[in-house]
Amino acid sequence: MAGSNPNAKPMNLTLNVWRQPNRNTEGQMVKYNVKDISPEMSFLEMLDVLNEDLLHAGKDPVAFDHDCREGICGSCDLFINGRSHGPEKGTTTCQLHMRKFSDGDTITIEPWRANAFPVNKDLSVDRSAFDRIIQAGGYISVNTGGVPDGNEIPVPKEIADRAFEAATCIACGACVAACKNASAMLFVSAKVSQLALLPQGHAERKTRVENMVAQMDKEGFGACSNIGSCAAECPVGISLENIAILNREYIAAKATSNNLA
Amino acid sequence: MSWITKTLTSSIGRKLIMSVTGLFLCTFLVVHLVGNLQLFKHDGGAAFNAYSHFMGTNPIIRTIEWGLVLGFGFHIYEAWALYRRNKAARGHGYAQWKAEQNSEWTSRNMSLLGTIILIFLIVHLYNFFWRARFAGDLPKMGGADPLTSDYDNLYLAVVSSFQLWWYVALYVAAQISLGYHLWHGFRSGFQTLGLNHRKYMPLIKYAGYVFSVVVAAGFASMPLYFFLFTNERGDVVSNAPAFLQSVASAF
Repeated sequence: MAGSNPNAKPMNLTLNVWRQPNRNTEGQMVKYNVKDISPEMSFLEMLDVLNEDLLHAGKDPVAFDHDCREGICGSCDLFINGRSHGPEKGTTTCQLHMRKFSDGDTITIEPWRANAFPVNKDLSVDRSAFDRIIQAGGYISVNTGGVPDGNEIPVPKEIADRAFEAATCIACGACVAACKNASAMLFVSAKVSQLALLPQGHAERKTRVENMVAQMDKEGFGACSNIGSCAAECPVGISLENIAILNREYIAAKATSNNLA
Repeated sequence: MSWITKTLTSSIGRKLIMSVTGLFLCTFLVVHLVGNLQLFKHDGGAAFNAYSHFMGTNPIIRTIEWGLVLGFGFHIYEAWALYRRNKAARGHGYAQWKAEQNSEWTSRNMSLLGTIILIFLIVHLYNFFWRARFAGDLPKMGGADPLTSDYDNLYLAVVSSFQLWWYVALYVAAQISLGYHLWHGFRSGFQTLGLNHRKYMPLIKYAGYVFSVVVAAGFASMPLYFFLFTNERGDVVSNAPAFLQSVASAF
């Protein structure tokens, strides 16, 4: 079966992989060869093959982040050949397939690079900075009580769609990794605009954007210079329009909130 | 820190200052370009010198000039502050970085372009502004008219400077940098202010492209014109194209 597809010929690849034993030790790029990689494999399955080889040879396998492997969870996070999640547009690393590469290719694999995303080990990075930004305001407070009736709060379809588009952000961090400034503004803007668009988010609208931006700055992310790398690399297509909404929300909140701090 | 300084030193606050000062400086470019077009009037510099005398002495213009100083000052300072913050945010760099596949060169190199413009600005201000305003070593216009004979002949200083090839080269290089700087900066200024709407953003984008080309080409045309087609007094030379000869002789 595989033989009938000319593209399905197994490939031999050279990998340049970032190896770093832990957060406090400087790492380096290490070269590996992997053989008989099927073009049908996902990128992570190719790394599984590498790790199996390493384990059989009694060596330390390469640590990398992954979970659902279905492009939904936002766990996988590799910087492949100079791009977030590799060369394919609108794709997470787990949904990148080896048919996008050719036999004999050299592939460079690095972790996300940002001061706010320290490397745990090898290719695995600590993205808890994103969690702390969400904790600063990326939620709505709901009091306990009776369940509200469906459609009690009218939301126009167009607004609901735009909020949903922003809500598709899976917080993978590709935007930060791709940004020249390691800015997290596309991520923060997706969360802010999603909640600012919906009536449920209005109660905490001003404090939310003030606190989330303050936390974003505290984590040490850079500032946006409207380059657009983030939106181009985003696996779910969050647009730059959200950053304009974030700027609007922030400026308006700062100008009108009662918060003097 | 008060809420105002906290807001203005946040990442978005600094961007806001970049955007407001940048768009303000765009309006300055328009005024400067339109005023300088008087260099092309073949009157031995009378109109240009009268204009520059007005700009240097009118109290309202002199007051607005401080706004311009602040506009440049904040734009440059914030650029420096943001550059440092953004460099620090990356920390460890990548071994392989293919940003050219996801973004425009100009948008990633605003600080490089801005630095070239700053170097030009220092040379430019020293040679014309400083000499006219503070050094006082410019030649006078002279002539029969007692009103204008005491005016600085800035026209002569400009035209004679533009006979030097390296000076013209610096000017043209700076204007190309300015054009690329505006190519990204104009649209970016609106985006930072939150003015991104699907109806208007395409308009702003293309208006920005036209603006950057017109401004850069307009300013670059001045040193090139005087270098190629006139002598050090601004007279059209005999080997200049025929239509320039006829325009010049019409005055």
